[in-house]
Amino acid sequence: MERKIRAQALLLLMAFVLILSGCNFSSSESGNSEGAKADGGEGEASQVLNISATADIPTLDSTKAHDGVAFTVLNNVNEGLYRQDENHQPIEALVTDHTENEDQTVHTFTLRDSKWSNGEPVTAQDFEYAWKRVMKDASPYNFMFVTASIKNAEAIMNGEADADELGVKAIDEKTLEVTLESANPLLESLLTFPTFLPQNQKFVEEQGDQYALEAENILFNGPFTLTDWTHEQGWNYAKNEDYWDAESVKLDKINAFVVKDPTTGVNLYETNKVDRIDLSSESVDQYKEDPNFDTILEPSMIFLRFNHTHPVLGNKNIRQAINMAIDKESLTDVILKDGSTALNGVVPKGFFQSPEGEDYRDLNGDFNTGSVEDAQKLWETGLKEAGVSDLTVSINISDSDDHKKVAEYLQAQLEDNLPGFKLEIKAVPFAQRLEIEKAIEYDLSLSSWGPDYSDPMTYLDMWVEGGSANRMKYHNPKLDELVAQARVETDLSKRFEMLLDIEKILLEEDAAIVPLYQDGTSILMRDKIKGLIVHPTGASHTYKWASIEE
Amino acid sequence: MKGYLLKRIGYMLITLFIIVTATFFLMQLLPGTPFTNPEKLSAQQLAVLNAKYGLDQPVAMQYLHYLGNLVQGDLGYSFQHEGRTVTSMISTRIGPSAFIGLQALVIGAILGLVLGIISALKHNSIFDYGSVALAVIGMSIPSFVFAALLQYYIGVKLEWLPVALWEGYSSTLLPSIALSVTVTATVARFIRSEMLEVLGQDYVITARAKGMRENQVIVKHVIRNALIPVVTMLGPLAVSIMTGTLVIEKIFSVPGLGEQFTLSILVLDYSVIMGITIFYSALFIFVVFVVDIIYGFLDPRINFKGEAA
Repeated sequence: MERKIRAQALLLLMAFVLILSGCNFSSSESGNSEGAKADGGEGEASQVLNISATADIPTLDSTKAHDGVAFTVLNNVNEGLYRQDENHQPIEALVTDHTENEDQTVHTFTLRDSKWSNGEPVTAQDFEYAWKRVMKDASPYNFMFVTASIKNAEAIMNGEADADELGVKAIDEKTLEVTLESANPLLESLLTFPTFLPQNQKFVEEQGDQYALEAENILFNGPFTLTDWTHEQGWNYAKNEDYWDAESVKLDKINAFVVKDPTTGVNLYETNKVDRIDLSSESVDQYKEDPNFDTILEPSMIFLRFNHTHPVLGNKNIRQAINMAIDKESLTDVILKDGSTALNGVVPKGFFQSPEGEDYRDLNGDFNTGSVEDAQKLWETGLKEAGVSDLTVSINISDSDDHKKVAEYLQAQLEDNLPGFKLEIKAVPFAQRLEIEKAIEYDLSLSSWGPDYSDPMTYLDMWVEGGSANRMKYHNPKLDELVAQARVETDLSKRFEMLLDIEKILLEEDAAIVPLYQDGTSILMRDKIKGLIVHPTGASHTYKWASIEE
Repeated sequence: MKGYLLKRIGYMLITLFIIVTATFFLMQLLPGTPFTNPEKLSAQQLAVLNAKYGLDQPVAMQYLHYLGNLVQGDLGYSFQHEGRTVTSMISTRIGPSAFIGLQALVIGAILGLVLGIISALKHNSIFDYGSVALAVIGMSIPSFVFAALLQYYIGVKLEWLPVALWEGYSSTLLPSIALSVTVTATVARFIRSEMLEVLGQDYVITARAKGMRENQVIVKHVIRNALIPVVTMLGPLAVSIMTGTLVIEKIFSVPGLGEQFTLSILVLDYSVIMGITIFYSALFIFVVFVVDIIYGFLDPRINFKGEAA
């Protein structure tokens, strides 16, 4: 009997060891700050950064990447033609020279000497190959090539042309020729987007369907290399000594940990495991006074869509009244408390500057602000014009906590401030909200929009008639025409004026939507971290110029 | 016995088939697309993508296609993790889940046994009330609350064990302990009532009358007999642990399967939803089967022919 028990215990133990061996514990030896300090020189801060990520990397294949996590990794381990600087403006990366023909439709880029991590040179063919690969595989971000006006991109997307006909050609190893449909002042800025990164054809084909699935199955040519990637746990970067600009890179190592629960993030920060975390609104009150607390503005904006075919909501006075009846400051500061700020325009604050260096938001100011009395006056006029005495409409929202909080607040505000207004809340899953929106089967819809590239246009051209993101049957021919003109205007100051005017048409003239607020994130970051850049679009972080100073 | 086994296996396969079918068609009712970045997808792009993944075909055709692949053991590719097969996603992530689950089961069973035995033997004493109170607390407070408390006090304040992440054996302890609370409570309560019942049985009185030592009576007659019904509990407990891991894995950043499951439903990753559902169902069906078999071995009154004993 005793022997039997012992044998069973042994079996159980063996089973445990077997499973334990299949556990893939992550191999990072990073972590506690004592350990990190020990391998740094005396008195000198060790250049190791520990960060958290909200999710695993979905894919490292730059042609297929589609989310912030992957974009950030790719931006730091690879190098394209251009890269975003600290003001999110394009600076030359692999490009040493850029010339264009007279009508600015044929661009010639000369590349510098640089190497992939397997020692092979990075060539113009690598760009041509990767770009055509994006189009061939109908990748999630292939529309970036249309945005960049690259020749035949739209035709290829619609199945009217072959991917090989894309307007990109390697003239020789160091010369890349890009042909556009029409002049595009945003070209360099768009080329910083990770979808435009190069890939080494020979390596990609050798790897076949294993390409980019693990850290070993991808090549690097950026400021860092990935030394390790353990799925769902994290990944480690090391400085790339072969990088063309290795002198500028100060960090030796970066360890990223996948942490999905914000409270866990706080606890890891408290135990010095990570140096930078995002806070959830529950933790904000607790850390508000902490010297390492900070809020950063995000470029996504949350707004209300109107169904412009609705008999009453189609009235401009009604829309304007709804705009004014909402106290947006209380919404962000009392209800949400997550670092977001009230927004009275369609282009968010803090990311987009005129060629003269002035912020778009400051230049255009606030739209449709006014007192409750103003709102009520407009409301009465609007009701009279529409020939009704009261209004009951529903609002289409996602069933997330944030959306519910916002919708309940809007309900209270609008029903209190506008006599006869009744708002019904219809919460559905995110995907369904989107379907309802695309089919325009709503009265009001709570929506959000994030930018695709660093230019106000990404918030403005969506409102043209038939635009795939219009989704509310809004139409103003003046706006359509101005968007078309701005797309080809190459005088940057003139173009910026046009961008300001487009917003005026949308909001001042038509009050077409209700901008509510601009997203924000509250973070904790140890002050020894310097030079970590957060971008509004594409990759969210650049570590190239970051350092640790203690 | 052989006939019984074959019959059971047959039923198991039918159950699995029904689950696969139901999940497949229910999933089609969910709104949206499995593709990434749905906010920005235009109608043309959607059409191209649907054609590429065969989602433009009638649902019945897709279903037959899926079944065909499934029979060959092919669970397809993930939509969200480009290029990764569902099989590889499950196989790399099942290890951590299984380990903390089994460890929780062992910790919970041992602790529960000890608590249960003490409270039965010291019936109506302060020990009894104490462990009953513990069991009630353990049953009524969800494991994620314990997880948060353990993480804060043991991890942050005392720094005895890692707060989270998956970096060696010590990081498996807190999640396992958090998960084991329900098991401990259930087992303790069960053992206590079973032992109290067995203690009053004739054969216990007989054993004592024969002059057997009390220790032996307890170990040989009482505990052994009280354990039999506990085995039946292990099946449902294993199930509750698997569902418990969904939250625990997220809190402790464990790279397990449970967290992937909820995520795949939220983003409508069809092939991953199907793969994990099939995997979990098969596992549940198997655990129930094994428990039934073990039960038969432990209790000679049960036979597999289905005749009354």
